[in-house]
Amino acid sequence: MTFQNDPPVVSRLTQSLTASCLALGIIFAILIAAKTSSGAMQFHAFIIIAAFLAGIIAIFNLGGRINDDNAKASPSGVYYNNTIVKYGVIASAFWGIAGFLVGDILAWQLAFPVLNFDLPWTNFGRLRPLHTSAVIFAFGGNVLIATSFYVVQRTCKARLAGEIAPWFIFWGYQLFIVLAATGYLLGVTQSKEYAEPEWYVDLWLTIVWVTYLFVFLGTLWRRREPHIYVANWFYLAFIVTVAMLHLVNNATVPISFVEPKSYTIFAGVQDALTQWWYAHNAVGFFLTAGFLAIMYYFVPKRAERPIYSYRLSIVHFWSLIFLYIWAGPHHLHYTALPDWAQTLGMTFSVMLWMPSWGGMINGLMTLSGAWDKLRTDPVLKMLVVSVAFYGMSTFEGPLMSIKAVNGLSHYTDWTVGHVHSGALGWVAYVSFGALYCLTPWLWDRKGLYSLKLVNMHFWISTVGILLYICAMWVSGIMQGLMWRAYTELGFLEYSFVETVAAMQPYYIIRAVGGLLFIAGSLVMIYNLWRTILGHSANEATPENIDNAIAAQALGE
Amino acid sequence: MTYQEVSSFSQSWGLVFLVTMFVIAVVYALWPSNKEKFDDAAKSLLDED
Repeated sequence: MTFQNDPPVVSRLTQSLTASCLALGIIFAILIAAKTSSGAMQFHAFIIIAAFLAGIIAIFNLGGRINDDNAKASPSGVYYNNTIVKYGVIASAFWGIAGFLVGDILAWQLAFPVLNFDLPWTNFGRLRPLHTSAVIFAFGGNVLIATSFYVVQRTCKARLAGEIAPWFIFWGYQLFIVLAATGYLLGVTQSKEYAEPEWYVDLWLTIVWVTYLFVFLGTLWRRREPHIYVANWFYLAFIVTVAMLHLVNNATVPISFVEPKSYTIFAGVQDALTQWWYAHNAVGFFLTAGFLAIMYYFVPKRAERPIYSYRLSIVHFWSLIFLYIWAGPHHLHYTALPDWAQTLGMTFSVMLWMPSWGGMINGLMTLSGAWDKLRTDPVLKMLVVSVAFYGMSTFEGPLMSIKAVNGLSHYTDWTVGHVHSGALGWVAYVSFGALYCLTPWLWDRKGLYSLKLVNMHFWISTVGILLYICAMWVSGIMQGLMWRAYTELGFLEYSFVETVAAMQPYYIIRAVGGLLFIAGSLVMIYNLWRTILGHSANEATPENIDNAIAAQALGE
Repeated sequence: MTYQEVSSFSQSWGLVFLVTMFVIAVVYALWPSNKEKFDDAAKSLLDED
């Protein structure tokens, strides 16, 4: 086969076939727009028509401007598809800010409910899924797609499979986000946490996701390296498992092919179990396995050290995969779910301590012999702190899954605090680290615009995270204790509204913490933007100082 | 096939199956002749590319 050493070519046949499929989609969308009684679905049909039209135009322009910088081969002679990763970096940064912003608006709404302005589109119930989907699927998903496209190419020393398919995945995924997000605001939801989009948006995501799986597998198939590097195993587990979770949990029957409403095929506790099997594995395979892949590539790369123990990484992978899938029932303690299933979920959650900490140790120990880099490289500091947060939240999670602890923590803010120590400290920080690495590599710059700004971002955000999680610990445990407090006569000591009033100060602290986190991310956006423009703040980095000393010694 | 049959099958043979799979994974990770391959994979990550 000759594909690897030749510049990429877009096949005419694939162009025409893909464009025909999109044209067919447009016809369907027109029919739906004409027949539906739902204004929201009609609006979605128009978005789809516009997106598919733009897609057809873009397909025939491929090979023009958009693929220009593919014409350059890497030192090992591979024509990497870098353009798609660049788009992914920008999309990640954009959706990150959007998702964080909605989250902080919600935090202020919780402290001051008047801020929902009494409008249906901006009430908590509609904005909350907008926030969770924006940060998990839009920000996290774009980071995962972009980094997986980068990592699979480099570790396989092969160009990404397909020319149109990766673009279909990228834009198809953005379309999914837009359909999901606008749907929530217009009140279209199937009310399953983290799986809110209705059946037609789910079908669209399925098509995009299966293409993603094929592109990833196709690239592995083309690899020049004999062994598949462990980061790719984590990415593959993430892609395959998310496909499985998505298909099972979204098994629904629409009331009509032109209406957004559908009913799930499961009933009662089976539906609840399926939902939490889905949702907890979204945490396990989307927010953990996928981001561990980032850790296994970017931490060694940035520290310029191979991973501490490759063998441990294999044991980490398989034990994480085997254990995570069983942990979901811990979301349903003391419910109608059979007792043995609750205990099973709890036991597997506690066992997850082992692989999680094995992985954390593997990431942190990669720095052995290079710990001094933490002093000079704030990007590495961010990556290392993310791994530390991974260790912290994977300690806290199993603890909270123990039934006795869960009796106190469940339905309180402690859960919210736990999720955010994982989401902000681990997922967002490892993503920021990856974005800081990727931007100079992709745009071929010597380094970031400013390392001082990275340091500034790090500290502003870290203070923000600490305010957030500490406030939620205090507020959550207080809330749980107030709910279970009895008077000596056996009556509940507090009414529900008294617990809400007691939490308000912590809600304000949390909202301030969130604001700091956004401020830090804006510093990152500025820094990445200046890096892309090719600017440099000319700071006194150790390298610059060395160069200056060398120049002086040479008598310049 | 009753619920009881399915659950006792999965609670016995399911356990055997998963433990066997896991043991295979650990043996693969620790097998001495695989070490060279793993070391190469860990190092080739740092290649300039």
